[in-house]
Amino acid sequence: MKALSQKRRHPLAVIALLLMGLLVTGGLYAVATTVNEAKASTSGYTANDVEEGGKLFVANCATCHGMGASGTANGPSLVGVGAASVDFQVGTGRMPMQMNGPQAQKKPAQFNDEQTRQLSGYVASLGAGPAIPEEGLLDEKGDAAAGGELFRVNCAMCHNAAAAGGALTRGKFAPALADVSGKHIYEAMVTGPQNMPVFSDTNVTPEGKRDVVTFLKQIEANGSPGGADLGALGPVSEGLFVWIAGLGVIIAFTIWLTSRTS
Amino acid sequence: MSAASRAEAPAFVAKTKVGRITDFVDERVGGSGILREFGRKVFPDHWSFMFGEVALYSFVILLLSGTFLTFFFDPSMAETHYDGSYLPLKNVEMSVAYSTSLDISFDVRGGLFMRQVHHWAALLFVASIAVHMLRVFFTGAFRKPREMNWVVGSVLLILAMAAGFTGYSLPDDLLSGNGLRIIDGVMKAIPVVGTYISFFFFGGEFPGTAVIGRLYMLHILLVPALILLMIVLHLFMVVVHKHTQYPGPGRNDGNVVGYPLGPVYAAKAGGFFFIVFGVIALMAGFFTINPIWNYGPYDPSPVSAGTQPDWYIGFVDGALRLMPGVIGDFQFEYVVFGYTLTLNVLLPALVPAGILFTVMFMYPWIESWITKDTREHHVLDRPRNAPTRTAIGVAGFVWYCVMWAAAGSDLIATHFRVSLNDVTYWLRALFFIGPVIAFMVAKRVALALQRKDREIALHGRETGRIVRLPHGEFIEVHAPLDEYKRYKLVGFESPAPLPAVANDHGIVTRKEKQRAFLSKWFFEDRVAPATPAELEAAHGHPAHPAVEAGQESKSLSH
Repeated sequence: MKALSQKRRHPLAVIALLLMGLLVTGGLYAVATTVNEAKASTSGYTANDVEEGGKLFVANCATCHGMGASGTANGPSLVGVGAASVDFQVGTGRMPMQMNGPQAQKKPAQFNDEQTRQLSGYVASLGAGPAIPEEGLLDEKGDAAAGGELFRVNCAMCHNAAAAGGALTRGKFAPALADVSGKHIYEAMVTGPQNMPVFSDTNVTPEGKRDVVTFLKQIEANGSPGGADLGALGPVSEGLFVWIAGLGVIIAFTIWLTSRTS
Repeated sequence: MSAASRAEAPAFVAKTKVGRITDFVDERVGGSGILREFGRKVFPDHWSFMFGEVALYSFVILLLSGTFLTFFFDPSMAETHYDGSYLPLKNVEMSVAYSTSLDISFDVRGGLFMRQVHHWAALLFVASIAVHMLRVFFTGAFRKPREMNWVVGSVLLILAMAAGFTGYSLPDDLLSGNGLRIIDGVMKAIPVVGTYISFFFFGGEFPGTAVIGRLYMLHILLVPALILLMIVLHLFMVVVHKHTQYPGPGRNDGNVVGYPLGPVYAAKAGGFFFIVFGVIALMAGFFTINPIWNYGPYDPSPVSAGTQPDWYIGFVDGALRLMPGVIGDFQFEYVVFGYTLTLNVLLPALVPAGILFTVMFMYPWIESWITKDTREHHVLDRPRNAPTRTAIGVAGFVWYCVMWAAAGSDLIATHFRVSLNDVTYWLRALFFIGPVIAFMVAKRVALALQRKDREIALHGRETGRIVRLPHGEFIEVHAPLDEYKRYKLVGFESPAPLPAVANDHGIVTRKEKQRAFLSKWFFEDRVAPATPAELEAAHGHPAHPAVEAGQESKSLSH
């Protein structure tokens, strides 16, 4: 200890300290970025998949996204968006996009599962990006209550507490989440399609995302314990119902009750 | 009492046991006198007269179902971990109030049904009050001698909204908590004293640990007691004033034509209670309302999409949504003497509601001042026969509806696939021009209907039978009306504008000039009912069209 304190004014001490600081910062940064690093997982795809996917891409996507998915004025570059993004956009029918608008609309998928996989493989081969989630994260056996809390804090302000969807600005909207597969929900969280923010693995852990999927699937399976849910839209649909159906039926009765007089 | 008089009056002894008991009670409380008086009370029959009853019955149902809920609800804001049978909330941290609300929904036998009965009845309660008030307004039933009862009814509307809002907040779920947060914001926007009011109300910083208990006391004690008191006053005045009636042959301001309360009307009204109860029970059984388990426990950080208040508070929420934060560079927030004045909250939250309620409370006096009409009215106006009043009512109604619709602007955007911004811009424009257009359209429609009535009274009903005359002309045969129907079309008043009159000192005051101006505005456009002379002329020579009535034509006197 004494030696250290004696040599602290050595001319090289500053340089040593600087080196140490740089090493620590750089090391920490390297660790931090790898934690949140998108894994370029081309392992599941054969060279044939990538080649076929490339052909499909040229025929169907390159008009907007450019040759080699490098992007044009009409569509962004897809280098580094990952397989999960392609699987979500193509698997839910949002891509190829039907028409220009505030955001891409869900529609029947234009490619079968095999073609979607090939496209995903091709795009994943272009650069590292989020991979399609593993089966273990989609088993819907997480903690629904924890998922519910994550959902209310992170998702409900756009998607509604009952996942019934909601409006965003200028014609954009957050869709209802019933009938969306667990895989697509997960992929949406990691890739942030349309106007949705990305929920990276450091923001919401893979287990957390599994809980969210579990919660959504559980409330979907539960249905509505109190009877018809009127769209799960809250007081507006309830108010409409009481004015139209409730008062309507009562007015019919009042007319009946007072009809037998002169 | 002397022994002689006791001997003179032979004691009546009923033959049956029931009769003897009835007699016993009657001798002590005079029940037969009350029954005789009330049983003979005559009520005119019309479907539009029954909304007040619907409100009354909804209130009874609210008392019954609400009492059931108090058995299981605990208004405590103490923290607990949910341990009931709804799995998606298992072990989630929440208040005891929310936890017991969930228990009522999932673990108390019949609890969910009773909760839904209570909530649907609350919505129907306020809705039927609103429709009742619209009926009273558009038929002119608020005129002398019923002005005070109109005020009592308006107070009941406000109390019903207060009862609804305090109840809506009790489960301490995310949805109602967001509503309370808005109330907190509105309170804090009141200049100078706002923060004090908020701190007193919540017992400290929002949300605190006191507010649910306080709202509970208001909801189950004070507000229902006030409502009950107002209902008693309201019904007492109905008995004193007797019921109004629609115009018709043999009906005038001195009589009431209808059925006596006993036995027919009492049976109908009693049966109607069960009909209302049945409709509410069916709604509660088949349609969910306020699914609090979807919303989760209240936590000030999340705000769900689609957060709205119950319908009767919607217009205030809508006004808040319509208010721009800034217009270009124009700010609505100022610092005056160190106090923040937040007009973009204060204006929309208090001004439209303030205007609506002020005009509502004062309308009977406003109208009687303009028209100088201080007579008693027991025969109602058909809305078309008071075009300006009808137009004022429709304008106010449209203004309310624009704000009401704005509360659902996000759902309008998603369900009609339009931009939320465009919905807001359109509703902002309609907020200002909607009432004006509504006024003009409603007034024109009323006048057109009056002209149609006049036409039918003079020339009869179109039969659709076309006849060719010998000289080749085609005419449509008009069938004459029977006298009862014709009475309805001609038996109304159409007052002319009252010009300004000098007072006792021979001076025409500025106020009187204003009144005369408003009177002109009120009565300038008018269609006079067909006079007996015109009817005579029209019916005497059916082939010729009747002469148009002059401006000064008088109404029929009855």
